Amino acid sequence: MSRSLRGRTAIVGAADTEVGVIKHMGATQLCIEAILRALADAGIGKDEVDGLVTCNSMAEPYMYHAETIAEYLQIFPSYCVSVGAGGGTTFTALHQAASAIESGLCHTVVIAMADSLRSGMTREKALAMQSSTGHPQFERPYGPPVPAYYALIAQAHMHQYGTTSEHLAAVAVSTRQHAMRNPAAQMRTPITVEDVLASRLIADPLHLLDCSLVSDGGAAIVLTSRERARDFKQRPVYLLGVGEGHGHEHISAARSLTTSAAVDAGRRAYAMAGVGPKDIDFAQLYDCFTPVVLIELEDLGFCAKGEAGPFVAAGHTAPGGSLPINTHGGLLSHTHPGNPGSMFALTETVMQLRGQAGERQVAKADLALVHAQGGIMSSHCTIVLGGEDAA
Amino acid sequence: MSELPMKMMPAVSPETAEYWAACKRRELVVQRCSSCGVHQFYPRVLCTGCSARTLEWVRASGRGAVKSYTVVRRAVSEAYAAEVPYVVALIALEEGPTMMSNVVGCDPESVRIGMPVQVVFEDWSETVTVPKFAPAA
Ligand SMILES: [Zn+2]
Repeated sequence: MSRSLRGRTAIVGAADTEVGVIKHMGATQLCIEAILRALADAGIGKDEVDGLVTCNSMAEPYMYHAETIAEYLQIFPSYCVSVGAGGGTTFTALHQAASAIESGLCHTVVIAMADSLRSGMTREKALAMQSSTGHPQFERPYGPPVPAYYALIAQAHMHQYGTTSEHLAAVAVSTRQHAMRNPAAQMRTPITVEDVLASRLIADPLHLLDCSLVSDGGAAIVLTSRERARDFKQRPVYLLGVGEGHGHEHISAARSLTTSAAVDAGRRAYAMAGVGPKDIDFAQLYDCFTPVVLIELEDLGFCAKGEAGPFVAAGHTAPGGSLPINTHGGLLSHTHPGNPGSMFALTETVMQLRGQAGERQVAKADLALVHAQGGIMSSHCTIVLGGEDAA
Repeated sequence: MSELPMKMMPAVSPETAEYWAACKRRELVVQRCSSCGVHQFYPRVLCTGCSARTLEWVRASGRGAVKSYTVVRRAVSEAYAAEVPYVVALIALEEGPTMMSNVVGCDPESVRIGMPVQVVFEDWSETVTVPKFAPAA
């Protein structure tokens, strides 16, 4: 058994850039902006950073993205890596950064991710991105756009458990209710279940409002060792548990369409943190499409299999509910610049655990779970975060 | 007539060449492990059940059932736009493995999970023929 990372590292800085349609900044600039804001939040200068993690950008890709950002800033880290994808990769990068700190490879890591999917993509790049999902020989020839892969999961869940389109729509509605309380969110007008069902069908059963946004934006966090965490100006938010689960890459090769490797990721993260789903005050669950949230609620133990639809429809995940989900408005209503998407769930969780979330502050915010998946329900990472009392 | 935009043509690799060659002959083939008897798809150099490298190509019955499906209303690219609405489905083959395909030859609205289907073949080029599925007769 490896050494536990429980409480060994803490997030001491976190910030987002403006999000939405940001025409006056490119993807590289957004990444730098996110870093500068996170460093300011932490109250440190760039020269105190000795670890840097980024994700590559679709709009402004570099062969060595993290090295490019380090060069731009003129910092010279001992740990420097960029990840090629988003979703769960964001948190696996956090897992590795915490391990790097624990092993002494570095002391203070910045994780920064940004992209301009809305304003920075040529038509050719956008098409190439859309068609790069799926197995090149055994899936892509059949013409599935990205929502179609998730529609296959939704349809199977509906068939197996009686989940309905109204249940899926309830996820979009709950998420929008959170976004309405977040001045930074891209979509803040109220919607109803009827509005979701009346929006254009994209790939049955998914309507337009079951699908996440396409945006520009970035976010960054500063992670350091427990020993150093108290030297920063903000209340540290401790990494209490982290776990991964990797089930497949292609949905046609999935062992199950309705139960994912989030089960493994969650089990490992809970075990490290020494907590269970009943201890969690609020959660941020990856919501690229509405059915994903339902499967995550079930696989992470918040609901029995098949019960997530009624759980969301009953209002439990909405503001003031028993388990607020995606308190910033998620990928559905806050922002989704592609690979950086999960970062905003992380920065939001830090703000909530510090008690700095303003109008949308959840009443009890001691222990949070953040989960992301990537691929098509393929690669999962769960993290459990808490303040000083929980650590 | 202007040239039609290209569909996503499968890039055939050495380990999948026999599969695509069989499609050209209008035969659906999968791998069978002669050590443990398991059928698998997509083609690989090892049996994912017992790790043996004793794989042979066998002709599948071409029969299966819809495991899940979606009706695509907005095409992935211009090349597919003429076919909207089209059905993308996961097909559970009678031999066990699952593959993605399109369900054709019926009203997209009539497709259901569990529906029995039978392979049909669509010629895309001199070298590429793509297996699709139609409701079983
Ligand atoms: Zn075998």
